[in-house]
Amino acid sequence: MSSTSVIEACNLKRHYHLPSETIKALDGVSFSIQKGELVAITGPSGSGKSTLMNLLGCLDRPSEGSYTLNGNDVSKLSKDALSEVRNQNIGFVFQSFQLLPRLNALENVELPLLYGDWPDSASRAAACLTMVGLENRMSHLPNELSGGQKQRVAIARALVNDPSILLADEPTGNLDTKTGTEILKLLTDLHSEGRTILIVTHDEEVARICTRRIHVLDGLLVEKK
Amino acid sequence: MKLFLLIVKMAFRSLFANRLRSFLAMLGIIIGVGSVIAIFNLGESLRQKTLSRIQTMGSNLLIITSSRKKFRGVRAASYQTLMPSDAYEILEHVKGIHLVSPVVSDGAQLKYFNSNSSASVYGAAADFFRIRGFEIEKGRRFSDLEVLQIANVAVIGSKTARELFKNESPIGKTIQVKSIRFRIIGLMKEEGSQGWSSPDQSLVIPYSTALKKLKGQGHINEIDVTTKEGFSPYDVEPKIRALLRRLHRLPPQKEDDFDIHNMQEVLNTVSSISLYFTIFLGGIAGISLLVGGIGIMNIMLVTVTERTREIGLRKAIGAKERHILLQFLIESLVLTSLGGMIGTSLGIALCHGVGHFADIEVVNPLSSIITALLFSIGVGVFFGFYPAWKAARLDPIEALRFE
Repeated sequence: MSSTSVIEACNLKRHYHLPSETIKALDGVSFSIQKGELVAITGPSGSGKSTLMNLLGCLDRPSEGSYTLNGNDVSKLSKDALSEVRNQNIGFVFQSFQLLPRLNALENVELPLLYGDWPDSASRAAACLTMVGLENRMSHLPNELSGGQKQRVAIARALVNDPSILLADEPTGNLDTKTGTEILKLLTDLHSEGRTILIVTHDEEVARICTRRIHVLDGLLVEKK
Repeated sequence: MKLFLLIVKMAFRSLFANRLRSFLAMLGIIIGVGSVIAIFNLGESLRQKTLSRIQTMGSNLLIITSSRKKFRGVRAASYQTLMPSDAYEILEHVKGIHLVSPVVSDGAQLKYFNSNSSASVYGAAADFFRIRGFEIEKGRRFSDLEVLQIANVAVIGSKTARELFKNESPIGKTIQVKSIRFRIIGLMKEEGSQGWSSPDQSLVIPYSTALKKLKGQGHINEIDVTTKEGFSPYDVEPKIRALLRRLHRLPPQKEDDFDIHNMQEVLNTVSSISLYFTIFLGGIAGISLLVGGIGIMNIMLVTVTERTREIGLRKAIGAKERHILLQFLIESLVLTSLGGMIGTSLGIALCHGVGHFADIEVVNPLSSIITALLFSIGVGVFFGFYPAWKAARLDPIEALRFE
């Protein structure tokens, strides 16, 4: 267990207890991720990779096992405490962008900072939008932006809180090939700047650009390089 | 604090983005509050008007009337035992009496050449005008001497005068009441209201003349009594009762053959009856406010469902449960408060409109406005809480996946 590891997962389990049976979505995965890695999390439908992503993103708590993020054990935190961890440490990029339709690009990017009561939220948001090349689109509403531009806004939002990890769930899933390639380039550029990025995907092209691959199958890990 | 203001701003933005829906949701509140305000304010205005009418006659007024005979438990014809002398005995022997007037009243047709007018004819003493608060506009009232002289003089009310004389002055003219001629010596000031206490449609003549020449009887209908300053009608009433029983030679076991109406009591009764009535009507209107609140809850539930993904996203990027709760609670509060303010304004406008037509002076008590606004806020919190709580409790993972 290295001291520069951002993520330490130890025997993570996520079980759902139904009256008739217990579903073992994740049945004991362990791994660590160092700072600056670009990791692909792959696996077929129902493999448990979404469940793993939810745990890594602190959207859910493990039934058993421990999850240490930046040296802090986040496995048993309350919902509100997890919200705070997400706000301070994690940036999400979703397949369907998940921008708020009534806010413009700048306001969308600014949102995490508002909930975290960060100072200078507007200027930080503007800086992030500039970083993804959308300085001329700040006052545009999401429905005035193309798919690629929307995903850029989402990435800017994911960066605005300077997160320890960027979690992207099928980031190119709703984009055409050309735009998808552009977004992947943006992510690899961010990686070369030192960002730790985890991409959940079932697209081989996407998995290929990553330096490491964690493969999930039936709730367990099969690691490949 | 900054976050709180931001959340308020977010709430306004959301409401404004869906203007039509927000307005329709508010409509229930607007109608509810508007109708409650209109009813309360109108009711209160009517009550004030009635009370001030009674009060100009003086809350130190007592009215004694002959009671109806009880015949095996059923009330039949009135006793005829009330005499003018009774009134003056009261004046002389009961402590604290200021003015008295025997009164005999009847409806009659007044004739002047070809003009006719129906009026209430009061046969009364000279002090009657002071007791009832009837002011003289032209001419004069009759005197105690004229009462003694059984003079055929009369003081006429403004509406009746207009009907008989059009625009001419009634002073000095002679009219006929039941074929008896009366000379008009005074015109009373217009009061504007109707009914028992208004002089506008009446004719006042000496009671002696009324008894002897018009009615041919010795007994009177009523005695009006006012008390001196410092003497309450409640104190004086039992003394009057005792005196009258003695004068009418009533044995102890026999009932009174008269009724004493304490105007102070009438005032209190009218005041509370109209208040209860207003509250009752207002309560009914309040039901519409309740319905409005249910409408708000309905709309907010729809809104929460619609914005499930948005709520999921907000939570994912760091919103805590209380932030979500606050946002939706504020949206509901804004709807009801704004609706309450608009409803209050409309209610007051409606009130003024009706008051203008019905010739009532409208009051807008601050208490009703404040109550309405507080109620709006209460409705917003009460009916908005459940949807907001539902929103706050959403699981971010499920919410993000929601179609």
